[in-house]
Amino acid sequence: MQTPAPFEYERATSVEEAIAALRRVGPEARIIAGGHSLLPMMKLRLATPEHLIDINDLTELAYIREDDGEIRIGALTRHVDLERSELLARRFPLFADAEAVIADPVVRNRGTIGGSLCQADAAEDLSAVCSAVKAQVVIRGAEGERVVAMEDFHVGPYTTAVGAGEMLTEVRVPVRPGAGSAHEKVERRAGDWAIAAASAALWMDDGAIADAGVALGAVGMTTIHLARAEELLRGRAPSEELFAQAAAIASEDCSPRADGRGPVDYKRHLAGVLTHRALRRAAARTKGSG
Amino acid sequence: MAVVENLPTPANERPIGFGRLKRKEDPRFIRGKGNYLDDIRLPGTVYGAMLRSPYAHARILSIDTSAALAHPNVAAVITAKDLETLGLAWMPTISYDTQAVLAGDKVRFQGQEVAFVIATDQYSANDALALIDVDYEPLPAVVNARKALDPDAPLIRDDKAGQRDNLASPTWEAGDEAATDRVFAEADTVVTRDIIYPRCHPAPLETCGIIADFDPETGQLDIYNGNQAPHAHRTVYAHVAGLAEHMIRIMCSDIGGGFGNKVPVYPGYVCAIVGSILTGKPVKWQEDRSENLMSTGFARDYVMSSQMCAKDGKITGLRVDVIADHGAFDSTAQPTKFPAGFFHIVCGSYDLQASHVKVKAVYSNKAPGGVAYRCSFRITEAVYLVERMVDALAHEMGTDPIDLRMRSFIGPEQFPYETTTGWTYDSGDYAKTMRVAMEIAGYEDLRREQAEKRARGQLMGIGVSFFTEGVGAGPRKHMDILGLSMNDGADLRVHPSGKAVISISAQTQGQGHETTFAQIVAEELGIPPEDVEVRHGDTDRSPYGLGTYGSRSTPVSGGAVAVVSRKVRDKARLIAATMLETRPEDLAWEKGRWYVKGDPEMGAMIEEIAVRAYSGEEMPEGMEGGLDAQVIYDPPNLTYPYGAYIAVVDIDPDTAQVAVRRFVAVDDCGVRINPMIVDGQIHGGLAEGVGIALMELISFDEEGNCLNSSFMDYLIPTALECPDFELGETVTPCPHHPLGAKGIGESPNVGSPPAIVNAVIDALHETHGVEHIDMPCTPARVWAAMQGRPEPPQ
Amino acid sequence: MNVSLTVNGEPVSADVEPRRLLVHFLRDDLGLTGTHWGCDTSNCGACVVLMDGRPVKSCTILTAMCEGHEIRTVESLEVEGRLDPVQQGFYERHALQCGFCTPGMLMTARALLDENPDPTEHEIRTAISGAICRCTGYKNIVSAVRWAAEHEAAVEQEA
Repeated sequence: MQTPAPFEYERATSVEEAIAALRRVGPEARIIAGGHSLLPMMKLRLATPEHLIDINDLTELAYIREDDGEIRIGALTRHVDLERSELLARRFPLFADAEAVIADPVVRNRGTIGGSLCQADAAEDLSAVCSAVKAQVVIRGAEGERVVAMEDFHVGPYTTAVGAGEMLTEVRVPVRPGAGSAHEKVERRAGDWAIAAASAALWMDDGAIADAGVALGAVGMTTIHLARAEELLRGRAPSEELFAQAAAIASEDCSPRADGRGPVDYKRHLAGVLTHRALRRAAARTKGSG
Repeated sequence: MAVVENLPTPANERPIGFGRLKRKEDPRFIRGKGNYLDDIRLPGTVYGAMLRSPYAHARILSIDTSAALAHPNVAAVITAKDLETLGLAWMPTISYDTQAVLAGDKVRFQGQEVAFVIATDQYSANDALALIDVDYEPLPAVVNARKALDPDAPLIRDDKAGQRDNLASPTWEAGDEAATDRVFAEADTVVTRDIIYPRCHPAPLETCGIIADFDPETGQLDIYNGNQAPHAHRTVYAHVAGLAEHMIRIMCSDIGGGFGNKVPVYPGYVCAIVGSILTGKPVKWQEDRSENLMSTGFARDYVMSSQMCAKDGKITGLRVDVIADHGAFDSTAQPTKFPAGFFHIVCGSYDLQASHVKVKAVYSNKAPGGVAYRCSFRITEAVYLVERMVDALAHEMGTDPIDLRMRSFIGPEQFPYETTTGWTYDSGDYAKTMRVAMEIAGYEDLRREQAEKRARGQLMGIGVSFFTEGVGAGPRKHMDILGLSMNDGADLRVHPSGKAVISISAQTQGQGHETTFAQIVAEELGIPPEDVEVRHGDTDRSPYGLGTYGSRSTPVSGGAVAVVSRKVRDKARLIAATMLETRPEDLAWEKGRWYVKGDPEMGAMIEEIAVRAYSGEEMPEGMEGGLDAQVIYDPPNLTYPYGAYIAVVDIDPDTAQVAVRRFVAVDDCGVRINPMIVDGQIHGGLAEGVGIALMELISFDEEGNCLNSSFMDYLIPTALECPDFELGETVTPCPHHPLGAKGIGESPNVGSPPAIVNAVIDALHETHGVEHIDMPCTPARVWAAMQGRPEPPQ
Repeated sequence: MNVSLTVNGEPVSADVEPRRLLVHFLRDDLGLTGTHWGCDTSNCGACVVLMDGRPVKSCTILTAMCEGHEIRTVESLEVEGRLDPVQQGFYERHALQCGFCTPGMLMTARALLDENPDPTEHEIRTAISGAICRCTGYKNIVSAVRWAAEHEAAVEQEA
């Protein structure tokens, strides 16, 4: 069986301690939480960090709560808890949509939202979800916290706005009235990464779309935030024709690469189909939403 | 915590002979007490790791092992140079080719074995791989079999004297070309298709590995190795390594699945043996999953062109031309006289007037093999081809695919039936089995449902396949592997207490031999199956035979066990006659007891006879004491199981995702010894068929990089992709097998891919004009076909 | 480094390399070879054990990360000679052939029934979807978990 290369290991007992360790060790340090992205990479020797900082004891980072008009999700919150959260199911059911198709139930017992977002894999579902609901992430360093919008968080493939000596601590999602949301994914087999995925959120006001969030996974170098589609949707009444137009934008504005999951044209096609489906379901869910 | 009653279930639920006996193997497995290769602990063991080529084709300029050797925990590093001095740099393959144990001159596929590290622990051995410096000069690679014979194709096997191209074997033919031409000339419908059965992999859940333990004092070599053919392996090691065969002992304990992947001898095995001889310690080597997928016995990779014709509504002729991609070394497994295995069973279940088959094999810069995956020597490829062609013909004729099959089947009165490629099918009533499948599936209702859904824009497909296999290799006069006859031994000893040990050469990898073979003895001798111990997997404690693959255990070893049991029964009759003071011919047998005809109260139980056989009492004239016998069973023919399969699929019209909603499998494998185990075999093979049809693929880019080298990309179906399989059966006993049984293990893997692909095309043919999609039917590939541009898999 | 954890109810303390994977610690250091491994990428599920009652893949957890946690392996299922209902169900329903995936399947099934005593077929299929079985086509595994659910419920009602 494959085994990781040697590394130093320490277990952080507080966020401050983890940050101090990151600063002390420098770029060869990696934070490990669920480890389900990092450890397979280390076994394949595609990642060889010299130092791991285990944050699994920082249970103060595992929570889902509503505070001051925001849903707040701690970075150490595990997929299984996102999947089962009644609060999220009520406010943003697209989290449960996505969680039902992220890896498999056993992996979801370990993997965390912080790990998923920081892995910054374009095919990762939660990044599209957080982008669609216009989440902000809290990044903490020795100097304190800063809050970054999702669209600024992924700066490139496998690269985030988390700087040296910093860690992601929280995801915040503003709660606004009239919300509906959905996540759609096509995969080759249960548990696989997406061939393409689309997240959509709509906020209705008096029969019109007050605001919209649409994002795509797996069809670009990073998660794709569909600003042009959101602009189209804003202020309009939801309809099949409108969603079809947004879907057409999704097909145009993505930039997939051909790989074992499919050719470029198929992925563009899926981006449209899934965007349409996600918008349709999101709109249906706005009915009866507070 | 709630608990329930412990094993075993009450005795009155257990049949004496055949029936749904729960497995004797299970108590250890459900407790986590199986003993697989990696569970074996020998004192002083050192651990191997294999350095493999990152290139598909490259010249090796130099190998520097000095840094690895300097690692404090490394005991040795073996390269081709070391093996050359021992004469072990190359080994013979099962197909009379040669294969590099470690690459010296060139690497010929990505993942090829280059150097073998031995260290005191596995982690250190893995670490040391990175310390070996190999200088490669990359060469252009051949990855497409159709281009392997192009004049400008790079020569792969420049190690072979006289080899000037990438042809791996001369063209092999079966059938009658001229007669086939005549049948096609007279036909009223002809269809032509290019069909690929892409490369896939058996990927048993336990990977391949070995512990080699050489004793320099005695010269004894003990090998612990989960393999499917321990006796054949021992003979191969004796030939390869020049070791004395009687000083080699191979012990297979529990095996975590084989499916053909554990038939061959792999370079890692030879390296571990050499390593043990060099270090004087037990050397353990077990591949990781990437090594398993990239280097060990793959399956299929047949590029086929075919024509099928019909006249007056009935299939009359078939032409097939195949390029077989064997990878860098021809290590495909087949009986010597059948260079394309049993592919010529491609005429299927139909009463053809003529057929003609051509197969040529090529080398490519891909992993060697071509044996495996629940496939009896290329029957899987043949069945897939013919069953796709029948559907293509039905579409062309505008007829229902089941109607065409029914009109063209070999009739029950025609058996034994000689096919146009030279097989003699033993028995069958194909139409009956087809009708049972139609009834379980509700075929007419499904067609109505399909029409209604189509009218609403929904895509539903119904796919049929009907297969005939020839399994249980095989008759001595026709079949050998490397000169070894494909016969199996059996050795039965009934002890004085009436308890028995049956030793067999077949090696279980999950098929339930410990249960099934005990049941055969139980049926034949009337001893309860729990009183029969099945010994296998240890070459020192079992008779010679060729192992478990090709669905041969029940046809060959099962026959051997039945025959040896009858020999014991016959001996028991003579002893009973002496005991009862009568003549043997005056005795009659009922399960477990000889009794006097006309006086049923007068008799002797087999247990009483056993006591007598070992006692100081008088024995029949000239007979030795004891109650035992041994046989070598030479099957008179292959057995020919068959089945009718119906798949129902739904396809998302927008995303092109295929879901197998229902799968009906009606198998006729003759008499079923343990129907529970038979059903289990069928379930497993069907799941593999779902995988092959929809997702399993080993593919390569143009440089020859393997694109499916982990379970992240070699996709195996989960519980969510497999439907709740619906089984049915018909029973047509095999006329020449002692128990009337036929093989079953491979049938479901053979029969299910064509049913599923036929269903996918059935869903899309009318609406999208799709005529063929090569496997696997992934969403992307199905979508491309729906757009009118189907793509080959590589 | 030193790690202290509980394995099958017993406290264990050991010196391990930080990189030592839990599956190797269980199998090679503690001799609990019932837990298997079948891949390198946490796809196959042969290595599933329970960590604080939840199924996890022990090939993708460092032993070091188990400090203070409770691990349960297949060896813990049988108590005082009485099989767990999931073990009995696998036996009754022929839910195993080569047996290699069985320990992971059993632990996954045990955790499912602890949370959901009466799972539907689809819930069972979803729960075991992170584990590959090459032999059974899953049909009899689903049936075995249902068997366990039915017999567990019956026993509890009696109790």
